[in-house]
Amino acid sequence: MKLSGARMLCQALINEGVDVIFGFPGGSVLPLYDVLPEFQGLRHILVRHEQGAAHAADGYARATGKVGVCLATSGPGATNLVTGIANAHLDSSPVVAITGQVARAFIGKDAFQEVDITGITLPITKHNYLIMNASDIGSVVKEAFHLARTGRPGPVLLDIPRDVFVEEAEFNYPDKVELTGYKPIHQGHPAQIKRAAELINSSECPVIIAGRGIIISDACEQLRELVEKSQIPVATTLLGMGGFPGTHVLSLGMLGMHGTAYANMAIQNSDLVICLGSRFDDRATGKVSAFAPAAKIVHVDIDAAEIGKNVRVDVPIVGDLKVVLQVLNTLVNSKSRPAWLEQIQKYQREHPLCVSSEEDKLLPQHVISQIYELTGGDATIVTGVGQNQMWCAQHFLYTRPKTLISSGGLGTMGFELPAAIGAKVGCPKETVWCIAGDGGFQMTMQELATAVQDKVAVKIAILNNGYLGMVRQWQELFYDKRYVGTPLWSPDFVKIAEAYGIPACRVKNKKDVSAAITTALSYDGSYLIDFMVEPEENVYPMVPPGASLAELMEHPDARRANASSTFTVSNV
Amino acid sequence: MANSKRTLAALVYNRPGVLNRVASLFRRRGFNIESIAVGRTDDPKLSRMTIVVIGDNATVEQVRKQLDKIVDVVKIIDITGDDMVSRELALVRVKATTATRAEIVQMVNIFRGAIIDVGSNTLVIEVTGDEDKIDSLLNLLRSYGIREVARTGRVAMTRGGTIGSIKAEEEAATGRQR
Ligand SMILES: Cc1ncc(C[n+]2csc(CCOP(=O)(O)OP(=O)(O)O)c2C)c(N)n1
Ligand SMILES: [Mg+2]
Repeated sequence: MKLSGARMLCQALINEGVDVIFGFPGGSVLPLYDVLPEFQGLRHILVRHEQGAAHAADGYARATGKVGVCLATSGPGATNLVTGIANAHLDSSPVVAITGQVARAFIGKDAFQEVDITGITLPITKHNYLIMNASDIGSVVKEAFHLARTGRPGPVLLDIPRDVFVEEAEFNYPDKVELTGYKPIHQGHPAQIKRAAELINSSECPVIIAGRGIIISDACEQLRELVEKSQIPVATTLLGMGGFPGTHVLSLGMLGMHGTAYANMAIQNSDLVICLGSRFDDRATGKVSAFAPAAKIVHVDIDAAEIGKNVRVDVPIVGDLKVVLQVLNTLVNSKSRPAWLEQIQKYQREHPLCVSSEEDKLLPQHVISQIYELTGGDATIVTGVGQNQMWCAQHFLYTRPKTLISSGGLGTMGFELPAAIGAKVGCPKETVWCIAGDGGFQMTMQELATAVQDKVAVKIAILNNGYLGMVRQWQELFYDKRYVGTPLWSPDFVKIAEAYGIPACRVKNKKDVSAAITTALSYDGSYLIDFMVEPEENVYPMVPPGASLAELMEHPDARRANASSTFTVSNV
Repeated sequence: MANSKRTLAALVYNRPGVLNRVASLFRRRGFNIESIAVGRTDDPKLSRMTIVVIGDNATVEQVRKQLDKIVDVVKIIDITGDDMVSRELALVRVKATTATRAEIVQMVNIFRGAIIDVGSNTLVIEVTGDEDKIDSLLNLLRSYGIREVARTGRVAMTRGGTIGSIKAEEEAATGRQR
């Protein structure tokens, strides 16, 4: 049967299980928009800026584990997707981005709204395609989804000229993908897995670093089995949170620049680091040459190129974590490690996560803890970038995978609101909180309209500190408090929300925090709270840039950690 | 770790943009390419690239793994070693007067090169060999006045085995899935 390219694309998307597209129309994709209503299974959500479409598709993908789809017109529509595509790329998020292109005869002629988007996105996609014949659409879409979701997931872009949408051809949709140059390895090498097991069995003080790979590979259960069988404490990366329950006795919380002191101390004093699905990012390792100096390192990753890239590795294992851990667990001995675990408890007692002891202030950490308390931890948290993000990582204990959604690798301010919308669309039963900074929120707050038009209920908490807070913190600590370009005027966010038809309130005092959160939770729809938090609160602990994980700065009040006025998050 | 010259042989799909993908990766990750030579294979779907890179073991291994991740790269291996054979071709236009012409021709013969064009006061020489051989011929010709040089960069193979064909790769892939 002959079909137009546009109809083939829609049919192929349905075949791939797509149920929603985040998009924004324009000339080159008009033939596609024209046929969309024929495909009732494809819900289109109109964003207000294409960056929002890419982040929403990414948020959808992270919350569901399915491929998120975004759509934009040629030229400016396509370039507006770029930040979102790069963001998905750095965090290995499965996204398929579809862009219109000028008609084939105009390509290369600098036609109206022509950009070389396959050239532009070449280094920030897992792969991309310029589809020059309608007859290729079926097989290319099949390949694109396969690439996006398998192996190390990532974004794939499809650039489709306007006249290819119109061209009629036979629709052939292969049931198998033929990609000779692409074969992710799932089975880890048995001899290496055996070596890893031997190291684990003979280690005195091992630590696991759990990254986003655990979540992508759906290996949380296998991780837990390994941890409990061999009594190994677990530090997670920012993107790995929820891959291991933050409430577990063996959880150390996050490692790295703003990780817990005890996670970093455990790593620095370990004799074995077992890194599972994380790429040893510099924010996680601190100064690489001083990272875990006495430890042997086992690194399991599905991407062979990550192994040995940043950190020397003693036992490299290329494979899918779930598969590798299933084998590893059969080789690891049951073991108790009383001395090591006692040492770790000592770190936890002596260096707990600590916040200011001034009781009456409205501290941002308190807002996060209250959201944790009042949701019972049963919520998906989508963060901005900066201090708000780190407090979300420190003061909310994630017990389920895919419940912390945050821009890790690219650190994209403005990710929070559109990604929260995408997450809520993907998981309508979840309570989704968008925790934003006053700076980041203003980068994409136009998407409030998207939430309203498409009835997507997100709870929004702005940690309004009047600053680009994380940058201000660096200026305070490393630039002699010269606050250049960081004091931030903002509009009245309550009025902004109300202008969009979203109910909102402002909280200025600590005593009103929980009531506001309760109101937001009980409201059936989106709700915004503008928390006027302590302006110059800093994120601690902090490993200064370039320093080793051992050189962490603790909260100035940490000395008084045992005083009753200090609240701490302790998970032991 | 010491830097050395390493030769990577790659089979890549003969598709638009493949060379761009490879070259862009070198630029983006700050790897240095000494030379890159691309040509068709006997399978019209595939091209073969010979890439010479300079770096220590870890860097070259990183280059190889990153290149291997490119979807259009079917296979890539480091073939540096004793059983590698490699050749480069160079064309050299050199100044030649009636007085020097015979001398130059003699020298080219020693290098088993050929004169492929004779102009009124220049000669075009063709020579094949490893880089050292070509470098030494160029050194000798320098005193006569080199006008132009075009070198292909290294192409290489191993003496014994092959780096494989797409068919072998497909068989290996299905074997792995089983
Ligand atoms: C798009 C973008 N631009 C700049 C930065 C650099 N940056 C990192 S954190 C930060 C401050 C964020 O301020 P705000 O959103 O108010 O959050 P806060 O740190 O105050 O919680 C900035 C500017 C960034 N991460 N992303
Ligand atoms: Mg701020």
